[in-house]
Amino acid sequence: MRTPISEDDVFALRAGDLVWITGTVYTARDKVHALLRSGDELPVDLAGAVIYHCGPLIQRDKVLSAGPTTSGRVARYTTDVVSRGARLIVGKGGISEEAGALRGKAAYLAYPGGCGALAARHLKVKRLHLPYLGMAEGLWELEAENWGPMIVATDSFGNDLYREAKRSPEKSSKN
Amino acid sequence: MRQEDLIEATVAVLKRSETTLPPWVKEMIKEASEKETSPIARSTLAAILENVEIASSEGVPLCQDTGLPVFYLEVGRDIRVPSFLEKAVAEGVRRATKTVPLRPNAVDPLTRKNTGDNTGQGMPDLIVDFAPGDCLRITAFPKGAGSENASFLSMQNPADDPLEFVASEVAKRAGRACAPVFVGVGLGGTFDLAPRLAKRALFHMPGTSDLELALLSRINEIGPGPMGLGGRTTALAVKIETALCHTASLPVAVNLQCWANRSATAKVGDEGWSID
Repeated sequence: MRTPISEDDVFALRAGDLVWITGTVYTARDKVHALLRSGDELPVDLAGAVIYHCGPLIQRDKVLSAGPTTSGRVARYTTDVVSRGARLIVGKGGISEEAGALRGKAAYLAYPGGCGALAARHLKVKRLHLPYLGMAEGLWELEAENWGPMIVATDSFGNDLYREAKRSPEKSSKN
Repeated sequence: MRQEDLIEATVAVLKRSETTLPPWVKEMIKEASEKETSPIARSTLAAILENVEIASSEGVPLCQDTGLPVFYLEVGRDIRVPSFLEKAVAEGVRRATKTVPLRPNAVDPLTRKNTGDNTGQGMPDLIVDFAPGDCLRITAFPKGAGSENASFLSMQNPADDPLEFVASEVAKRAGRACAPVFVGVGLGGTFDLAPRLAKRALFHMPGTSDLELALLSRINEIGPGPMGLGGRTTALAVKIETALCHTASLPVAVNLQCWANRSATAKVGDEGWSID
C-alpha cells in the first residue's frame, strides 16, 4: 500500500490479510499521543496517515532498530488519532477494547514485536519533529520502502484477530 | 582484577546480548515455527528468525527496546570484591549506550526525565549471587518493557491452585509481552522473594522437569499464540524456582521474557576477562 491511505484502501482490508507499506510513516508513543489529546497542533497532518507505535533506535539519522512498542499503552487515544484522519495504525499487541473506534474509518496492523533490525532495513529518517521529547518519544517522520509483512489484526468492519485468538486459540491456529 | 577489564567486559556482554541470541533460544524458535500451521503464526515467526539473522550479521540491536541494564553477577567466594565493582559496571553501561548503541531508556519515575545514558538512581540493577571459585561472572540481561510490564505478583490463598492461576494469567498477558514468551515462575518465599525467584528462573532457563513441561503445555493449550494473533506457541519454556513460604501464605510471581531472550556472560579475574 502507498501513502496517503484512502478510505477505499482501508475498506479493502480484511483481518488476516498481509500488507506491505511504502511511503510516509509517523512514529508516536505515549508523549505524542498525550499532546494529541490535549488538542495541540501537531507539526504534521494526519489525514490519510500511517501512525506507528514505535520508539526507534536511531544513530546519526540512520534507523538501526525500529520494531513496534506495545499499543495497549496508547489505545485510549485511538479516537483522537482516527478523528485527525489517520487511516492505518501499526503496532503490537492490539488496542483491544478501543478497537470500536476504528470501525468504518481505519485499520490496525500488527508488525511482529521485537523485529527492530528487520524493520530498520525498510525505514529511513526524513525528519524528527518535537525533538525535545527525546529519541524514543519524539515524532519521527520516516520513509518506508516495501515495509512488511504487517498483519491486518483489526479491520474497519469490527473483525479482530486478538479477540478471536482469545476465544479459541486452537481454532484460530487452523484458519 | 583491573577496573578497565570489568568495564570492557560489561561493554562486551551488552553488545553481544543486544545483537545476538543464544543458539538454544534461536533453535527453540525454529522448532516452534515448524509446528505452526496458521499462515499468520508462520509469517510472524519467520520474521523473527530473519530479524535475528540481520541483527547478528549487521551488529545492530535485535529490538529497538534495548531494555534496562540488568546484570546477574556470580561472585566467586575466593575473590576480593573490588571497591570499583558498581562504578565499573555503570561506566560500561554508559560506554555501551554510545557505542552499541543503546536507546536511552532510563527515566525518573515521577518527573519522567531521561538521564540519557541508562544509568542513575538504582540503575544498572545488579543481582548478586555467591558462587564457588576465584572469578566474577557477569551476565548482561537487558530487560525490555513489553514483557516486564506484563509480569505480575500475587499473594494467593494457600487453598488456590497456583499453576492454573499462572497458566491463565500468562495466556491473558502473553500477546502484549511479544509471545512466544519465556515464563520465569517464583513460588513461595515472601512478598519480595517470590519475584526475585521469578527473575532468577529466567537466568536458569529452560526448565525440563515434568511440572515445568506440564505448565508449558497448559499455557500453549489456552494461550493466544505468537503476538496474541492465534497459533500454537504462546510460550517456549517455563522455569519454576521455589522457596519455603509461611503456612498462611502462597506468593506467586511471574517474570515474563519476550522471545528475544537476550543474555551474554563474561568471566573477569586477575588474568583479564573473556566471553564465557
